[in-house]
Amino acid sequence: MMMALYGGLIIGLAAALLMIFNGRIMGISGIAGTFVNMIFTPSARRAQAGEFGWRAMFLLGMIAGGVLLSKFSKVFTEASMVATDPVTLIVAGLLVGVGTRLGWGCTSGHGICGIARFSGRSIIATVIFIAAGMAAVAVANALIRTAGGN
Amino acid sequence: MASNISRSAVALLSGALFAVGLGVAGMLNPANVRGFLDILGNWKPALMFVMVGAIAVYAIANQLSLRMQKPVLDKDWGNLPKTGFDLPNQAKLGAVLFGVGWGIAGFCPGPAIVSLATLNPTVIMFTVAMFVGFYGFAIYERMKANRAK
Repeated sequence: MMMALYGGLIIGLAAALLMIFNGRIMGISGIAGTFVNMIFTPSARRAQAGEFGWRAMFLLGMIAGGVLLSKFSKVFTEASMVATDPVTLIVAGLLVGVGTRLGWGCTSGHGICGIARFSGRSIIATVIFIAAGMAAVAVANALIRTAGGN
Repeated sequence: MASNISRSAVALLSGALFAVGLGVAGMLNPANVRGFLDILGNWKPALMFVMVGAIAVYAIANQLSLRMQKPVLDKDWGNLPKTGFDLPNQAKLGAVLFGVGWGIAGFCPGPAIVSLATLNPTVIMFTVAMFVGFYGFAIYERMKANRAK
């Protein structure tokens, strides 16, 4: 529980840096979604010339942070996957990709930055995606029980 | 130019710090996320404190930013999202789809990207599909805009 709080403080600090220094919101689906569109669509990149580089650097930072964690911590070796079947993973990935763009944000943009900015739409979105996540887990568990699995 | 380099440096540092924060918080373990969402089963509410900690820090930063004319390194605040309660039904549907995918795999976008560092095929499959979803949505938006013209 304390680790969750400490981790949250660090995440808040990361978002605060991006806001105070660069004036941008740390919403991962927005950063990554716009980035991938700018990669494949030169006109989108030209339309917002100054908005490509920082996104690329932020994503690079995330990967670099992941590499540091894999070298100096046990977080990845202690992690266990809850879905491993390829079809399930691809469906879930598509749902998260399309859903976060359609829903104007994800856990970081709505759940942290939006709520801290007292954004009504972010509060609504966060309640919805947490409730939908809880419902999906409940249904998945029920299906596993009916199938007589573990 | 110099400010471009400093802005890039801040973005890089912010991204790395975010990744470390996710690791410390336990968000990089899908089983942990599943436990947080398993409210009708073996509920592990600890991850709620990730939001508590992050929102507390960011709310202070946000109040500070409201007292600043412009960010330290940029000329404006970009297109800051509005903060009203106006979430269209289509966006609510998006939040539902996202929640279902999150519950199934235990990954939201941040942890999915950070976990690419493991080169684990499970993570790669999920994250590539997520990016296909991002780009597919961008194509859909473009088609819709072209039709409206």
